[in-house]
Amino acid sequence: MATYQEFIAQNEERDGVRFTWNVWPSTRLEATRLVVPLGCQFTPLKERYDLPPLNYDPVLCTNKTCRSILNPFCTVDYRAKIWICNFCLQRNNFPPQYAGITEQLQPAELSPQYTTIEYTLMRTPAQPAVFLFVVDTCMDEDDMTALKESLQMALSLLPTDALVGLITFGRMVHIHELNCEGMTRSYVFRGTKDYTAKQVQEMLGLMKQQSNQRPMPGNPNVPPQQAPNFFSKFIQPLSQCDMSLTDLLGELQRDPWPVSQGKRALRSTGAALSIAIGLLETLYPNTGARIMLFIAGPCTQGPGIIIDEEFKHTIRSHHDIEKDNAKYMKKAIKFYEGLANRSAVNGHVIDLYSSALDQTGLHEMKYCSNYTGGHMVMGDSFNTSLFKQTFQKVFAKDNKNEYRMNFGATIEVKTSRELKVCGAIGSCVSLAQRGSNVSETELGMGGTNAWKICGIYPNSTLSIFLEVLNQQQGAAQGVPGGQRGYVQFITQYQHLSGFKKIRVTTVARNLIDATTNMPTIAASFDQECASVAMARIAVYRSDTEEGSDVLRWLDKMLIRLCQKFAIYEKDNPGSFQLTDTFTLYPQFMYHLRRSQFLQVFNNSPDETAFYRHYLLVEDLTQCLVMIQPILYAYSFNGPPEPVLLDSSSILPDRILLMDTFYHILIYHGETIAQWVKAHYQDLPEYENFKQLLQAPVGDATEILQSRFPMPRYIVTEFGGSQARFLLYKVNPSQTHANLGWGQTAGAPILTDDVNLQTFMEHLKKLAVSTTT
Amino acid sequence: MLAGPPPTYISPTLPSTMPTSSPPTYTNQFQPPIMPPHFQPSYPPPSSQTSMATNGINRPPIQYPYLNSGLLPPSSQSDASSPMANPNSQIYGSQSSFPNYQPSPNNQPTMYPPNVHPNPIRPPSVHYPNYPGQPLPTGSVQPQLPQARIDTDSLPSVIQILEQSQEKIQAPFVTSTPGALPPLAGTNFVCQDQGSCNPRLMRSTTYTIPNTADMIKQSHIPIALSISPLANLRTDELEPPLTNFGDIGPVRCQRCKAYMCSFMQFIDGGKRFVCCFCEATTDVVNEYFNHLDHTGRRTDCYQRPELCLGSYEVAATKQYCKDEKWPEPPAFIFMIDVSYNSVRSGLVDYICHILKTDLLDYLPKDKNAETSTVRVGFATFDKQVHFYNIRDSLGQPQMMVVSDLEEIFVPLLDGFLCSPQTSRGVINSLLDQIPKTFVNSQETETVLAPAIDAGIQALKGANCGGKIYVFSTTLPIAVAPGKLSNRDDKKLLGTEKESTLLSPVNNIYTKLGEECAQNGCAVDLFVFPNAYYDLATIGEVCRVSGGEIYKFNFFSIENDGERLLDELRRNFQRTIGFDALMRVRTSTGIRPIDFLGNFYMTNATEMVFGAIDADKSVSVELKHDDKLSTDSNTYIQVALLYTSISGQRRLRILTLALTVTSAYTSFYPACDLDTIMNFTTKVAVRSVLNSTPKSIRSSITTQAAHMLACYRKNCAQGSAAGQLILPDTLKLLPVYSSSLVKCDALTGTVTLNTDDRSWLMHRLMSMDVKGTSAYLYPRIYPLHTLEEDHVTPSMIRCSYDRLSDAGAYVIENGLVMYIWLGSQLDPTFVQYVFGLQAASQIQPEKCRVAQFDNPLSKNVRGLLNMIRDERNSHMKLFVIQQRDSMEPFFKNYLVEDKSLTRGASYIDFVYELHREIRNILQ
Repeated sequence: MATYQEFIAQNEERDGVRFTWNVWPSTRLEATRLVVPLGCQFTPLKERYDLPPLNYDPVLCTNKTCRSILNPFCTVDYRAKIWICNFCLQRNNFPPQYAGITEQLQPAELSPQYTTIEYTLMRTPAQPAVFLFVVDTCMDEDDMTALKESLQMALSLLPTDALVGLITFGRMVHIHELNCEGMTRSYVFRGTKDYTAKQVQEMLGLMKQQSNQRPMPGNPNVPPQQAPNFFSKFIQPLSQCDMSLTDLLGELQRDPWPVSQGKRALRSTGAALSIAIGLLETLYPNTGARIMLFIAGPCTQGPGIIIDEEFKHTIRSHHDIEKDNAKYMKKAIKFYEGLANRSAVNGHVIDLYSSALDQTGLHEMKYCSNYTGGHMVMGDSFNTSLFKQTFQKVFAKDNKNEYRMNFGATIEVKTSRELKVCGAIGSCVSLAQRGSNVSETELGMGGTNAWKICGIYPNSTLSIFLEVLNQQQGAAQGVPGGQRGYVQFITQYQHLSGFKKIRVTTVARNLIDATTNMPTIAASFDQECASVAMARIAVYRSDTEEGSDVLRWLDKMLIRLCQKFAIYEKDNPGSFQLTDTFTLYPQFMYHLRRSQFLQVFNNSPDETAFYRHYLLVEDLTQCLVMIQPILYAYSFNGPPEPVLLDSSSILPDRILLMDTFYHILIYHGETIAQWVKAHYQDLPEYENFKQLLQAPVGDATEILQSRFPMPRYIVTEFGGSQARFLLYKVNPSQTHANLGWGQTAGAPILTDDVNLQTFMEHLKKLAVSTTT
Repeated sequence: MLAGPPPTYISPTLPSTMPTSSPPTYTNQFQPPIMPPHFQPSYPPPSSQTSMATNGINRPPIQYPYLNSGLLPPSSQSDASSPMANPNSQIYGSQSSFPNYQPSPNNQPTMYPPNVHPNPIRPPSVHYPNYPGQPLPTGSVQPQLPQARIDTDSLPSVIQILEQSQEKIQAPFVTSTPGALPPLAGTNFVCQDQGSCNPRLMRSTTYTIPNTADMIKQSHIPIALSISPLANLRTDELEPPLTNFGDIGPVRCQRCKAYMCSFMQFIDGGKRFVCCFCEATTDVVNEYFNHLDHTGRRTDCYQRPELCLGSYEVAATKQYCKDEKWPEPPAFIFMIDVSYNSVRSGLVDYICHILKTDLLDYLPKDKNAETSTVRVGFATFDKQVHFYNIRDSLGQPQMMVVSDLEEIFVPLLDGFLCSPQTSRGVINSLLDQIPKTFVNSQETETVLAPAIDAGIQALKGANCGGKIYVFSTTLPIAVAPGKLSNRDDKKLLGTEKESTLLSPVNNIYTKLGEECAQNGCAVDLFVFPNAYYDLATIGEVCRVSGGEIYKFNFFSIENDGERLLDELRRNFQRTIGFDALMRVRTSTGIRPIDFLGNFYMTNATEMVFGAIDADKSVSVELKHDDKLSTDSNTYIQVALLYTSISGQRRLRILTLALTVTSAYTSFYPACDLDTIMNFTTKVAVRSVLNSTPKSIRSSITTQAAHMLACYRKNCAQGSAAGQLILPDTLKLLPVYSSSLVKCDALTGTVTLNTDDRSWLMHRLMSMDVKGTSAYLYPRIYPLHTLEEDHVTPSMIRCSYDRLSDAGAYVIENGLVMYIWLGSQLDPTFVQYVFGLQAASQIQPEKCRVAQFDNPLSKNVRGLLNMIRDERNSHMKLFVIQQRDSMEPFFKNYLVEDKSLTRGASYIDFVYELHREIRNILQ
């Protein structure tokens, strides 16, 4: 193992785990003094093509309180066919089918390279996933047509055994019956009423069907497939209702109720969503199901109302929220959070596809996506490539031609005795599983060692925080094999193919005495992981705390970290120096402070909700991009290169490509822009200029194609209005204030914001100060 | 199955009450023993019985008129106690109470047409002095001669009087003279409107009003109007012409708001007019001004209908519309029950079929309109309500199910109500789909109020009035607003507690009716019950909205399909107005105080109708505020504001002039008995809900007695005490009263079930004068003597004695129709008319007067059609044979005889009446 860098990279590659600290202090006290909490960014279903297919059940530790899974870190006595659990030290016999194992003939799960392994459970029959489209009909004709096309395309992308259903809403909510001969049929509900699941059940006449179904669980020998006719009239296999659904979508009309001038359309989003959840709750509890909600405006009536129908009442802004001036917000949030929880309990995903120029209430509805692992897509219109391509990607397949979506994942964390679980932050809900390794200290969603992610993708990433338990120094030595701590992540999920799978990731890290080995611990710091962890904690706190408090907390943590790990003389800022593993961290924090995650100025609450959602979902690399966008420069001076996210990088003869995750921006410097205006690229002798122009476009296209959701693609130039996206992201090292005459490098930013240099100076001053 | 023996219903709950003994101790020789149908020993065969008992819904039991099940025969006890069967009764022994009779004197001075003697010295009324030498001379009746009977021929005969007055009608009845007594309602006459309106539109109980309230109090003759504002007129009569005053709107008196009519007096050279009602003067607006001629009449008098006619229509202005917005043309909504019973009986299939193939092509239109502007909408219901989108742009209809019934709503805006012309393709496929969709329905529970409510909302949403046609089969017991439960208790009928059973159990349906009325729509309810339906409650929605109830017990297409189709056709085709408001204005000194009929009132003077059609009538009682001057006439004006079938807002103005008198001698001859009976009937029916049957009956008798006693006292003082004296105009009062007292609407216990009773009461409340007189005295025509085409045979009196064993007769009262076949009837009649080999093959309900190419068949059919057209109703027809199990029901309509329910015969009633008159006079 050469460097920590490589170690980290290798671990991430293999297990999808990155810890903030890769060597752990052995006592609780020392652990808390690390400032950045001990924890990891864990991507449970990281794409792995080299995993062997294991079509059997994992071997569990027989200790009832442990139940961890056999892994390469276990001690195995091949002769006695006994393995010792590395978590609880229980001695376990191998099950009979392992009788043939020897040191040479190991099952895959014992092979050291398979610290992450996946089991496919063949016992439980595959159950197809359910896709329920919940479609707003209050939109203009173009949007409607585009959305219909997208939906029809979705049908062609879904597996044919998938179960599908359609709910449309406007002033009223229609649940469409599928496969009706001769006449289409829909059940209509009032949009102003919050129906309980039971009411929905009764009104749809699903009670009787349930009673038919009831004998089945009692008789497990009868697989549900034996009753192929048992599909609700509302949700049917795509193969059977393809035609009927296509027709239905084809005939779908805009909401016919007149909208008078100065009013918003009456839109019953809340009722529709509630009914959709009620329907699935009844028919498909604990089955993979996806509610795809398409909205073209805010809910204007009934439960979950975001804003009333009067246009003169504008939808709430951050300012209104701060002033407690958002009339419906609190109630709506409570309503949607309740729905999200209901949905999460049953393992159902809620996707929010919002397309409107104004806000649609994502701020209130965000929990629906957050809690269930659903997608949140925000666009201007359904008739944009942004929406169309994003939506298409929902059904994308990986290299093995498998869908990338999985359902109903539960992630359980097993730890060795010296560790406890503090909580998790991510697009998940707590399963409130109070195991013995659950810490009293909560960070994120705590009080549990297991979480549920209803919709999980290869990039879904969870921040999990741990705590070192040992109170005294000596205890570390007392524990046999105490120099290592183990964490096992058990992820059970339902693949879209219907199979249940279990992915097991077991990791080990050394525990050392921090009092004596501080430099070792410092060297094991993963500043990228730490930045993302801190960003997530900050965003998590922003949900409940004032924005300024969160910023203050973030600053305090940064200063304390610097105080602890930097090399400096007291009260001498000039002596301040950070070690290699910490150099980038303050910069990340600087950009995080300025980012749209923590600064709400110029963003609507919906946008904030949208941005924050993806910070809680994406993997570490993407999250870093969100915190500190990447800037590439293209010029005649050399090959494309990454450049500093700094105003000094903005040069006239450069083309810049910025990736903020949410935006892909191509910026033509002043000279380049003039050349473009003069149409040099069209002249044969300037072929090289044409190529230069093409280069960033090609790179951007690549990013656009791989990213979900599709970023906003912006091409702008010096002085262009859209250039603001670039200008507010870069470090304003040159501003109108400090730019002297005659200086040509870079572009001055018209801002009073503190630049990175000033920020660092302050940081140094505060870190070395004896008074803080 | 269908060719099997006639099914008979055995009530499973009743076997213990079956008398096992012999025929009842019924001794009257003229009334053969009544054998209740289910005790008939000869049939049905046991096998049929068991099948009926085990699977009652397979085949509906035979249907008796208004009667579903549980028929009880009149008990022998009650028969024995009735005076006729118990000739030793004290009453008969009392000599003094015995009136004497004289045959109807043809030589008596007959009724003088009041228009000949506008203020006549009273012509002598018809007297019935002692008539010695007849079977029962005065004082000769002895207790030991109980069997002796008065010849009923000597009693005033409805038929004779009708025929006499018909003969007298030579020229058209001209309404130019105030106080002119119109011909009897039952006669065939032509009216010429020359100032007062056609009596078909409005009749008064008297055409000469007493000048004081005291006279009315003394005479007990109510001053009331029977108004059928949209009544069908004869083709040779003038329909109220439609006029248009343009922007100025209808010309009205500025004080009392009465509308211009032929009795308004123009003064000041035509610059002003004096109101004939309140005598205020109103300036004539310039647009309406016209010069007067030398007689003081406007020169355009005969160009303007309002100046010369008693009835005219005028186009309303926007001020007369709801929210000052012109209404949309009305729409029809069809609400079809699609629960198990409805599907099973074939009803759903049949309704969809007839709508598609027949009815939608005959939607009503204005007289001169080319196509109908009526839009239609369809909904079905069981435990949910299903709406259908039938917009023409759709490839196939869309069904929308609403199961949230707590607050029902209409899930679609446009597309629910569409013109059948443009959306015909979608409608046709919808009507094909509905039966298919519900063919396997297992839903037995239904809702009703939410369905109706949804209909109202749909019409409200479309800013139009209209009709909601509800086809319903079962009591709505599903959990939803308007849920009802079976509260039937037949035993209560006829007792003092019957009113609870006949009153609505809650006000939900009443409220719905009010909402209908306020939104300008009406509910026509077609019920097809196999059990108790609680019409007393549900019928409220029709009563208040001005709708109608049609009842088809144990519906089967075979028995009732044709009738349903014909009733629907008639329903569509009759003149109708929506969102109607009616007000009656009168001359000062008299004012309307009581309103009877099926409508809604929000204040004390205005009647609100969701819809009103040609067959609907209301009664309005007038009362004196003051003494009237005998020098001038009294005027009555009815204004009906309504929306026509084409969506035009109109006013129909009816004006009637009456004379005033202070003398009974001119009051009595101006009375119209038909109208009096119409009013009395409605008052009696209404009081069922808040009085007891006994007191209702006695008040009818007492009232009749008082009318006659007052006459006797004031106009015929010279006559002997033992004489029963009947004024000419009230000659038929005894027979009508006798019929009313025992009519099934008031006394129905044995022959009617609770729902039929409610239905009958509902019908009577909106019945016009002609209808009530037919109800009180059914018409009987002989069929076996029908010879020539299109000649109505002469009628037969309603008494079993008048029927010949060798004859065949049809009897009808406007609500039900029987064909009675005598036991000695020539078998060829059955062959010619019914196409059956023998009378024994006749099944009372199933039997049809089929189309055969022989004169007899044609004539019979022609007669039946004539009757149906005249009543504008396809009455349920029963074909029964003499001494058939159903004969007692038929006999019940022979009102001169003693009734099934102990009601006195005509003769007995006359005895009783006379006794009471004597009591009063003493």
